[in-house]
Amino acid sequence: MKSGSNLERVIASGKPAVTAELGPPMSADPHEVIKKAGMLKGYCDAANITDCQTAVVRISSIAAAVLALQAGLEPVMQMTCRDRNRIAIQADILGAAALGLKNCLCIAGDHQSFSAAGRLKGHPGAKNVYDVDSIQLVGILKKMRDESLQEGGDKLEVPPKLFIGAAFTPGGDPMDYRPYRLKKKVDAGADFIQTQGIYDIEMFRKQMEVVRNLGVHERTAILGGIIVPRSAMMLKYMDASVAGVSVPPALIQRMMKARDAAGDDKKKAKELQEAEGIRIAVELIRQVLEIPGIKGVHIQAIEWESAMPEIVKAAGLYPRPTFND
Amino acid sequence: MIVGEQKPFDEVWEMVRSFKKVLVFGCNTCVAICHAGGGKEAEILASLIRMKAAQEGVAMEVDHLAVERHCEPEYFTPVMEKVRTYDLVLSTACGVGVNFLSERIGTIPVYPGIDTGFFGAVPQAGVFTELCAGCGKCILHLTGGICPVARCSKSLMNGPCGGTNKGKCEISPEVDCAWYLIVERMKQLGTLDKLYEVQPPRNWSTGLYGGPRRVVLEHIRDLEEQDEKQESQAGGTDK
Ligand code: SF4
Ligand code: SF4
Repeated sequence: MKSGSNLERVIASGKPAVTAELGPPMSADPHEVIKKAGMLKGYCDAANITDCQTAVVRISSIAAAVLALQAGLEPVMQMTCRDRNRIAIQADILGAAALGLKNCLCIAGDHQSFSAAGRLKGHPGAKNVYDVDSIQLVGILKKMRDESLQEGGDKLEVPPKLFIGAAFTPGGDPMDYRPYRLKKKVDAGADFIQTQGIYDIEMFRKQMEVVRNLGVHERTAILGGIIVPRSAMMLKYMDASVAGVSVPPALIQRMMKARDAAGDDKKKAKELQEAEGIRIAVELIRQVLEIPGIKGVHIQAIEWESAMPEIVKAAGLYPRPTFND
Repeated sequence: MIVGEQKPFDEVWEMVRSFKKVLVFGCNTCVAICHAGGGKEAEILASLIRMKAAQEGVAMEVDHLAVERHCEPEYFTPVMEKVRTYDLVLSTACGVGVNFLSERIGTIPVYPGIDTGFFGAVPQAGVFTELCAGCGKCILHLTGGICPVARCSKSLMNGPCGGTNKGKCEISPEVDCAWYLIVERMKQLGTLDKLYEVQPPRNWSTGLYGGPRRVVLEHIRDLEEQDEKQESQAGGTDK
């Protein structure tokens, strides 16, 4: 075992792994993290704790990950390259490992201009770092773990035992290069991969075929990303605006049908769409798990953690494996 | 070339309002090409300041002047005597020019009349784009001649992030994704396989992050010193 994390053990067992996502609050109050952790606990093998997603200031990933861990949920801390140089990154990695964290997802992170995209003021005038990119970050973590060396070459007395993750956007431009970029992440040392949310199964199948031809699926554990849709509007928005995500028209129509069945009743429209969204998510999970080379799913029920139990159960992924020791 | 933009006039006015004798000092190279700080722009800015001063009832003498370049002493040395008669120089040269003149002018302040932006090119009249960030260690041979340091919003070294959207950068649909361009260009050149290799963390110390930079060409410096010596031995003619 590289890290001995629960996620690593589930993957090693050969059973499909399930990861979830937990977004920390814009608040110094720990209770929301603890509450969300309670909802996800038992329904996933580990949950990603986002690192100031969309460049919005929240409880830091490491701190929230420790809160989740204390609440009994295994966290996957996230580390973006946006906010820290290699000195801060490695210091935080040592600290995280010392606090008992065992999984880390390495990502570039959304540009700071995102922070002012919605209703928030954000910090679009912030200076970003990007000293290293996500692939270099993976390499740094691997070097720390496997060679007990810092990036600069200095020795580490006790290396951080982390299960190293990275992201894959199969539908991102330029699409024919994406599998090769995934291979670079794996060459750099990514033990597991979580993909961007997939709605277009055909596209994903084709990309996975290339990935398999490169032999990448055998050297890392690829978890297909599922973003649980909640409304027709959300699906349309993601199709139009989220990079690397395309939603087949048939799925959008299904959601619109569910919405329209409620007539003028707004509350009912919400309920019907949410029910349909859960059905769609379950179907997608099944389809993704059937693709050769896939080792699990990364389910994101964004600000809707309460939907996880139903989805995981309906997808036949409950109960989650446990290990006695 | 160096690309700059005129500062908002209100900002300029705030800088100059308390001075009595102001010289708007233009530079006729880069910043003239981008219509920010050449002789013509210096003249216009001087008259705007004069008008504003008249409007506000502030007694102020405002002149303008321009030389070919502000980054080498030989261009402004001939006018220095005149320049030193003002109590403020509002330089519309790039930031290099403002710094350089400041160090040589004595006790007179030199203020910036423009905002200096970047090293850029002129793809079409009136359009200026940033293409190089002067990182001090050029890797364009690895990226199809398209710079990821300057043109990728995250200066990524190993290919496009997940934010690339229809060939545009995640920060704006108006900004090309550099990595999209790099991949397409490498395909065209038949060298895409170069992008299959992992690029290790960079040494950024060759750039701004290693402290202020300096290039010394020993042979040129030695030649100059020799020339000066010979001249002084020959009895020293006035240069
Ligand atoms: S790699 Fe460095 S020197 Fe080369 S174009 Fe880019 S910023 Fe300029
Ligand atoms: S979208 Fe392209 S240019 Fe923008 S940050 Fe990502 S890789 Fe760089």
